[in-house]
Amino acid sequence: MTIFIPTPLRGYTAGKDVVEVEATTVREALDQLTENFPDLRKHLFTPEGKVRAFVNLYLNDEDLRYLPTKEASEVKPSDTLSIIPSIAGGR
Amino acid sequence: MSTIDSLHELPELTDDDLVRYSRHIILPEVGIEGQRQLKGARVLCVGTGGLGSPLALYLAAAGIGTLGLVDFDVVDASNLQRQIIHATPDIGRKKLDSAAEKLTALNPELHVIKHDTRLTSANALGIFKDYDVVADGTDNFPTRYLVNDACVLLGIPNAYGSIFRFEGQASVFAAPDAPCYRCLYPEPPPPGLVPSCAEGGVLGILPGLVGVIQATEVIKLILGKGETLAGRLLLVDALHMRFRQLKLRKNPDCPICGTNRTITQLIDYEQFCGIAPHAPANVQETKNGIPQITVQELKRRIDGGEDLYILDVREPFEYQIANIGGKLIPQGEVPQRLNEIDRTREIVVQCKGGARSQHIAELLKQNGYERVVNLAGGILAWATEIDHTMKKY
Repeated sequence: MTIFIPTPLRGYTAGKDVVEVEATTVREALDQLTENFPDLRKHLFTPEGKVRAFVNLYLNDEDLRYLPTKEASEVKPSDTLSIIPSIAGGR
Repeated sequence: MSTIDSLHELPELTDDDLVRYSRHIILPEVGIEGQRQLKGARVLCVGTGGLGSPLALYLAAAGIGTLGLVDFDVVDASNLQRQIIHATPDIGRKKLDSAAEKLTALNPELHVIKHDTRLTSANALGIFKDYDVVADGTDNFPTRYLVNDACVLLGIPNAYGSIFRFEGQASVFAAPDAPCYRCLYPEPPPPGLVPSCAEGGVLGILPGLVGVIQATEVIKLILGKGETLAGRLLLVDALHMRFRQLKLRKNPDCPICGTNRTITQLIDYEQFCGIAPHAPANVQETKNGIPQITVQELKRRIDGGEDLYILDVREPFEYQIANIGGKLIPQGEVPQRLNEIDRTREIVVQCKGGARSQHIAELLKQNGYERVVNLAGGILAWATEIDHTMKKY
């Protein structure tokens, strides 16, 4: 599946804006992502392993928090996972 | 139903209005009635910067009757790459005066209300209550949450936009039954993690793209036509020119718009965002375990001949513009180049404004460096307070 990396986090993915992983669930996809790019882990997860409150994960266009099986949701190779952190700029 | 038509009597259109707005009036979705709604509408633009510039200009052109502007800043040369409401002769003027002049030149019938203040928990509700729609064009997390909460508490929709480098986000928050900003992001990121535009840069055209989307949403909210971004987050990627949208849901546990509300009045947003109130001079502040040193203190210690290792974590082009003689290792290269950084000396980490350096100071501490301090305010503070000949950028 395809994972979209937002601008503020590309410093931890060697500048990549898109990362492809082979996974059957969202959790597997995130594990692979953070194994490939270990520096990313602390920006996405709390030390207890929970997704941080200022980061949102979307499977295709659905917020993962509202999917019935959340991170255990099954994924197909054609699915996309978007990491959407909050940004505040405007001036 | 539109946001405003039940709120007050709609003004009549004059003969001049019929000519000026003829391209609107022939649109079935606007018509005479819609143009009267725009004329009767009161819109508040929070910020007259990157997003606020195109937003206010288009709203003025479209025939919005009353436009409130909130800003306390003055025009700086570095604003002009994107803040198109201001021009070179305006450098040094109040943004409010510069913006109001352009808006009334464009549309002399426009009623501009200038709110010459920083938006705070003490004044936000008093300012917002007289408006039908708010458009959030601010530039920091505390004000984003403040604008959201004030809109939710007053039931005023918020046409939201934010930008970073080549990416933008837009939505409509706090519309009836729609999610709010806190439903999307219950908490802000810790200070320093997401750089501001001053630290991270922004493509000058991007606020134009996003600000115009906000203006479009404002107009639709007033007309009550079409489908607004309420319940959707629009993502704009200018570098690849990709527009995507995501579904937003109202969070039933949202502390301000959910079923069990714990926030019923405005709070301290600086504290909520983890930003310590300004410490008095000479009292050493600590952020995430990293002592903060002021530029005066650094100058005093350099002049006193102390052995300090200044680590400049900006990019080479920034170093070329101005530097204080520190060792240059761009922030992205620090993790690979730790062996170049002397563990035995006290390290002062420095960047442009103090955010990137804070981040690197934390990283050094995690890597076992014991004496690490962050230069608060970065080289900008140095240029402002110590060396007035130094170039600012």
